[in-house]
Amino acid sequence: MLGGAAGWLGPDGAAALALSLKVALVATAASLPLGMICALALARGRFWGHGLLNGLVHLPLILPPVVTGYLLLVTMGRRGPIGAWLEQTFGIVFAFRWTGAALAAAVMAFPLMVRAMRLAIEAVDPRLEDAAATLGASRAAVFATVTLPLVLPGIIAGAVLAFAKSMGEFGATITFVSNIPGQTQTLPSAIYTALQVPGQEGAVARLAALSIAVAMVALVAAEWLSRRVAARIAGR
Amino acid sequence: MLDVALRHRFPGFALDASFAAPAGVTALFGRSGSGKTTIVNAVAGLIAPDHGRVVVDGRVLTDTAAGIAVPVRRRRIGYVFQDARLFPHMTVRGNLGYGTRFAPPGAAGPSLEAVVAMLGIGALLDRRPALLSGGERARVAIGRALLSRPRLLILDEPLAALDAARRAEILPYLENLRDRTEVPILYISHAIAEVARLATTLVLVDAGRVARAGGLEQMLADPTTAALLDRDEVGAVLTGRVAGIEPDRLARIATAAGDLLVPGLAAEPSTAVRLRIRAAEVILSLTPPRDSSALNVLPATVAAIVPEGPTALIQLRLPGGAALLARITARSVEALRLEPGTPCHATVKSAGLVQGGG
Repeated sequence: MLGGAAGWLGPDGAAALALSLKVALVATAASLPLGMICALALARGRFWGHGLLNGLVHLPLILPPVVTGYLLLVTMGRRGPIGAWLEQTFGIVFAFRWTGAALAAAVMAFPLMVRAMRLAIEAVDPRLEDAAATLGASRAAVFATVTLPLVLPGIIAGAVLAFAKSMGEFGATITFVSNIPGQTQTLPSAIYTALQVPGQEGAVARLAALSIAVAMVALVAAEWLSRRVAARIAGR
Repeated sequence: MLDVALRHRFPGFALDASFAAPAGVTALFGRSGSGKTTIVNAVAGLIAPDHGRVVVDGRVLTDTAAGIAVPVRRRRIGYVFQDARLFPHMTVRGNLGYGTRFAPPGAAGPSLEAVVAMLGIGALLDRRPALLSGGERARVAIGRALLSRPRLLILDEPLAALDAARRAEILPYLENLRDRTEVPILYISHAIAEVARLATTLVLVDAGRVARAGGLEQMLADPTTAALLDRDEVGAVLTGRVAGIEPDRLARIATAAGDLLVPGLAAEPSTAVRLRIRAAEVILSLTPPRDSSALNVLPATVAAIVPEGPTALIQLRLPGGAALLARITARSVEALRLEPGTPCHATVKSAGLVQGGG
């Protein structure tokens, strides 16, 4: 598929699309468990710092993306406290690598993911979980057999939204990992580069159309899935 | 069988209730907001009382003094919630199976087939709860709870959300449940007609306290209990057996106090039945009434007279130890010179007899 696209998009464009898909998939998959935990804590948790966690999760939504990218650079860069530790301990490097693009995308998409999941969890009647407990189910069994099946469409919707957001992430990515063709040049970065060069209007238009298509498909899918949540909880 | 003592303080409401219940159906009866659901939630472990003790079948489930609080899932109390709480993402079969799934492997109890047959839900097995009527949902919820092999079954107003027709449809299933399972049942209700039909023990709950508790017949024939009921609902219950159906299709019911004739009862001979006799349906006379349309006249002795302003509630002792309540005017009490010990005749209008198995 990408081979055919290469002719139409040009080699740089095709590489950018492939990288963006990889970055978005990894960012979404890697942030799912933490997203689920945060959504559960925010939907059900009664603890000190609830508001703080809520603010922290939503911060990337409000902050200028360049600030998020800068903060990532400062903390997760090779000389940043966490980045240096990760490199020494696990050999994981984020700065100026595609992994960094995935991290930036994950951070930027996190609020959207958590929000969709949280809404789905809040729509589950906790009294159904009480009923399951009276029937002898342990907490883990209640979660696996009642809570999870009822929120599954919400989890998928959150993941789809996060994927779409990751595909389009630009500001934090370019700040954190720069714009290296074939390494950290994602689809939006490729559009930005093409815009700087005269005579590349056709490439810009094609890449932009591709971005719009990905975003639309993801939004429609997310909408359809959230309807499924409502229908499933209503039992239709 | 069941021993409950609870003290719990909510903002604006205090619960201080204790009662003991033998096997059979124990009805917790009281107005909405009197604390009935709070009591059973503490029994089921869904709320932790400030102070209290809950013992089911010899097992201590809650004892705040000893620091015992058995978790909900280990209590093995089948709870049929007022709103059924069926799992919307599972079929009826899935919901019923959920009950069996977490039951202890060795626990005895009815099979899926037996439960399905008893509750008449065979045709519903592949449906989702959203497509069930209120009455069907209640029956499935009862089945699910039964299949979890409970030591105690709690039914929290399973009929409250249903109209009169659905209620009449479900009551026979509940009677069946009472007669065919050995599981003790805690039944919450604020409808005395249901209680009179189903319960063996009556616990009256009022403002977070147990006002009175005891056997159903004694309780309903007690003027002190009557003071806690709606005026029109006051009345005793007599138990008997169908002795036969007369040629004119009246059923002859043999009770300890004598035979009564009831229309509209289509029961097999020797079936146990309950007759609910409202106090307003009983007429008193000093001599047996002559040339009267009433068929049922029982000899009685006045046991107690409770004045209620222009009327009075008379407790009557019947032969065989049963009791009846009659509401007559204070003027009639005067005219007949009724006082405790006065022998008299209680005429029960046939229309006042209410059927109910058990």
